[in-house]
Amino acid sequence: MSGAPSSSPLRLEARGLHKRYNVPVLTDFDFTLAPGEVHALVGSNGAGKSTFARILCGLTPASAGTLRLDGEPYTPTSKAQATANGVVMVLQELNLIPTLSVAENLGFEDLPSRFGFIDRPELRRRAQAALKLVGLGHIDPDQPAGELGVGQQQLVEIAAALTRECRMLILDEPSAALTATETEELFARIRDLQAKGVAIIYVSHRMDEIRRIADRVTVLRDGRHIATHPAKELDVNELIREMAGHAQVIKTANRAGSRRKGSNAKVKDSSKSLTFAFDPLSSGIAFAVRGLCAPPLLRDISLEVHAGEIVGIAGLVGAGRTELLRAIYGADPITAGEIELGGTVTVIPDPAAAVAAGMGMVPEDRKADGLLLPRSILANTTLACHDRLSQRGWMDTTAARDATLEAASAMALKYDDLHQPVAELSGGNQQKAVIARWLMRNSSVLLLDEPTRGVDAAAKDSIYQLMADLAARGKALLMVSSELPELMANCDRILVMSTGRIVGEFAPDDWSEERITAAAFAGHMGTAQS
Amino acid sequence: MPRWLKDYAPLLLIWIALVGLFSLSSDRFFTAATFSSLANQIPTLTVIAAGMTLVIITAGIDLSVGSVLGFAGAVFGLALLSWEVPVPVAVLLAILAGSFAGWVNGWISARLRVPSFIVTLGMLEIARGLSYLLTDSQTQYLGGTLSSLARPIPGVGLPPSFFIAVTVVILLQVVLTRTVFGRRIIAIGTNEEAVRLAGINPIGPKIAVFAITGALVGLGALFYTARLGSSDPNAGSGLELSAIAAVVIGGTSLMGGRGSVVSTFIGVLIIATLETGLAQLGASEPLKRVITGAVIIVAAVIDGWRTAGPGGPAAMLQKLLKR
Repeated sequence: MSGAPSSSPLRLEARGLHKRYNVPVLTDFDFTLAPGEVHALVGSNGAGKSTFARILCGLTPASAGTLRLDGEPYTPTSKAQATANGVVMVLQELNLIPTLSVAENLGFEDLPSRFGFIDRPELRRRAQAALKLVGLGHIDPDQPAGELGVGQQQLVEIAAALTRECRMLILDEPSAALTATETEELFARIRDLQAKGVAIIYVSHRMDEIRRIADRVTVLRDGRHIATHPAKELDVNELIREMAGHAQVIKTANRAGSRRKGSNAKVKDSSKSLTFAFDPLSSGIAFAVRGLCAPPLLRDISLEVHAGEIVGIAGLVGAGRTELLRAIYGADPITAGEIELGGTVTVIPDPAAAVAAGMGMVPEDRKADGLLLPRSILANTTLACHDRLSQRGWMDTTAARDATLEAASAMALKYDDLHQPVAELSGGNQQKAVIARWLMRNSSVLLLDEPTRGVDAAAKDSIYQLMADLAARGKALLMVSSELPELMANCDRILVMSTGRIVGEFAPDDWSEERITAAAFAGHMGTAQS
Repeated sequence: MPRWLKDYAPLLLIWIALVGLFSLSSDRFFTAATFSSLANQIPTLTVIAAGMTLVIITAGIDLSVGSVLGFAGAVFGLALLSWEVPVPVAVLLAILAGSFAGWVNGWISARLRVPSFIVTLGMLEIARGLSYLLTDSQTQYLGGTLSSLARPIPGVGLPPSFFIAVTVVILLQVVLTRTVFGRRIIAIGTNEEAVRLAGINPIGPKIAVFAITGALVGLGALFYTARLGSSDPNAGSGLELSAIAAVVIGGTSLMGGRGSVVSTFIGVLIIATLETGLAQLGASEPLKRVITGAVIIVAAVIDGWRTAGPGGPAAMLQKLLKR
C-alpha cells in the first residue's frame, strides 16, 4: 500500500454537495483537500461554511452529493462515526462543561476506569499530555473548566481534538477568542499537524491569518462555491468582493491618519455623511477614570477619553480588559477610584446608574450578557429605552417601532420582521441589535467589548462605520479588541493592559503591532524578573 | 388566524373537549347549575394562579400561596372579631397581610439572592404556623359578612367574585403585554444579566411580582371566606400545587421568560372542570387526583412539543395540516 500511489491522492473530495433545510443552504458544492493541506473557508455568516463542516462531522446529512475520504465513500451518520474515521471538529462555540474539571472534559468521551471507577491518576496524566500539546502545560487539570478564560477554554477544546487519532481537523473560527500569542501557539500546532499529514479545514474571518496559515482559500456565498485561490496570492479586496457579491471598499487608511490629513473617516455612503466632525484633541474630556481598583485583578487604573475619540484597549486574554469595562460600567464592584463624566464625578454603583449617566456597554458575550435570544428584535432594541418609549408606565408601541426602524436602518440591520426572535439573526445582525440599543438611547459614552467577534466581514465594516460616525457626533468610545489591526484601523489612541494595569499608551505615530504586543507582555516580564 | 386566537386556541379546544366529554357522559353536566357552581369555585384559584404566572415568568416560584391564604384569612377574621374594625378595613388588612408576606418572599430572594423555591418553602411553614397562632387553631365563624361576594347575582347566575377574578386576569394580562413593568418581567425571566447590563435594576420588578401575588392571595382569602362564611387556619393547604398546575397547563415556561395570564385562566378552567366533571361521574377523590395529575403531565408534554421548534412533533403536525 505504501508503494502504490492512490488513484485519488486527496484526503477529502466533495462533489455536488447539496443541503437544504427550509431553504437551500448548500448548493452544488465542490471541495477538495489534500493530506497536509490547510484549506481556509471564508464567507459571510450564513454562507454555508458551518453547514459544510456539520456534514463532514456527521451532525447533519447532506441532501445530495458525494463525499470521499482518502478515496473511500464517506457518509458519516453521527459524530462518533466521524471521529472513528479520524474526522475531528473544534466548534466555534465553547463546548466544555464548566463545572467539570479540565481533565474530565478532555477525557470525557473515553474515561479511563478501574473496576468501574474513574482512574483519576490516569485521567490527569492524559490531560497533562494533551494540555502540553497546546502550550497549556502550566494549567492544573483538576481546575474546573469554567474557571479558565475564554481563550484558554478554546485551547483546551483544541487539545481535546488533538488527543484523538486525526486525519482531518476542522477548526471553526479557532482564533476568535484568542490573543495574538495564543494564536501563534495555535499556528505552531497547526504546522505540527500539517507536517504529520493531517488535513485541516480552517474557517475564519481573519484575512491576515488565512494568508499566513492556509495553502488555499475557498470562498462561499449563499451556499455556493464562488472561487478557490492559492492563499499566497490572496487579494483581500477581491476576496471581500467575492464574499459580499458586490463591490465593497475596505478601509485601509487608518482613522487617525486620515484625520490628520483633514478628511475625517471616509464615509462611503453619502446618506451617512457627517454634518460636523469633532476634533477630539481640542474637545473636552467626556469621560475619565481615576485610580480605579477592583480586586483581584484591576489595580490603579486611570484613563481619559475625549468627546469624539475612539480609544482602544489591547492586551492578552486575562489582562483585565473585560473586567475594566465591567468595573467602569458598575457591573462589578470596585474598591477604589472615581469616574468622571462630562466634568463631574459620578458614582456608578450598578449598570442602571451607568446608563442613567449616559453610558452604554456592548458586552463580550452577546448571547449570555447582551441579548434576550428568544425575544423579538423590538424587545431587544428597546430594552435600554423603556423610560423614553413609554408614558406613565405604558409602552408606546408606535414610538418603539419607529425608533427601532430608525436605528435598524442606520445600522443596516437585516431582518424579516421586527417581531422575529433575535436568535434567528446571524451573529453580525445580533451584534447590531445590541449596538442599536445604545444608538436609540443616544448614549454619550460607549464601552465596546470585542464588538466584531464572530461577525462577518460586511457587518464588521458597518460596525466600524457606525463607530466612526458616533465619534464624529462627539460620542466617546472605549473599545476592547484582541485584533490589533482592528484597533489600529479604528482608534485614535490605544491603551495596552497587562496583568490588571494599563502599561502603555500609543498614538498612531508611534504604534506598531510589535510595539503593542511587546507592551502587552510587560506585566508578565516584570513579575518574572522581580 | 389572529395571533391571540392562535395562542389560546389549543388550550380552549382542550377545555371545550373536556366540557363536551363530560356533557356526553353525564346528563347533569351541561346545565346552568354546573357552570354557576364552577364560577363560584374558581375565583380564589384564578387570582392566585394569575399572580403565580407573573412570578413564574420571572423564573421564580411561590410555594407559600396556600399558607399565606390561611394567614390572610386569619388576619381578616381576627380584625373583624377581636379588633372589631369595619369590614372595609378588615378587607384591606387581609390584602396587606398577603402582600406583606409576598414582599418578604420577594425581598429575601431578590436582595439576598436566595432561590425563591427555598424562601417560599420557608414562608409556607411560617405563614401556616402564624395562621394557627393567630386563630388558636380554631375555625372562626364570620357569618354572612362577605357572602354577597360569593352569591350569584340574580339574573346573571354568576357571583361578583367571579367577575372580580376575571377583571384581575384581564388587568394582569394588559400589564404583562402593554406596560414597561410587564415587558421588564418577561425580559428578566429571559436573561436577567442582559437586563441588568442594559441598565435596568431587576430587583424592583422581582420583588414586585411576589408582593402582587401576595396581595392577590389576600384577595383570594376573601373569596374563600366569603364562600364558606368562616376563616379556617387550614384554608388553602395544597393550593400552591393547583396554582402551579394551572400556570403550567397554560403553557407558561417554568424556566421563565414566557407566559400568559389568560392562558393560566384557561388552565384554571380545565382543572376546575375536571374536578367538577369527575365528581359528577362519581369518581372517588383518589381517582380524581390520579387523573388531574396525568392531565398536568400531558399538558406539559404537549407544550414541550409546541415550543420545540423545527423538527418537533408540533412542526410535523403543522406540516401535515398545511397539505
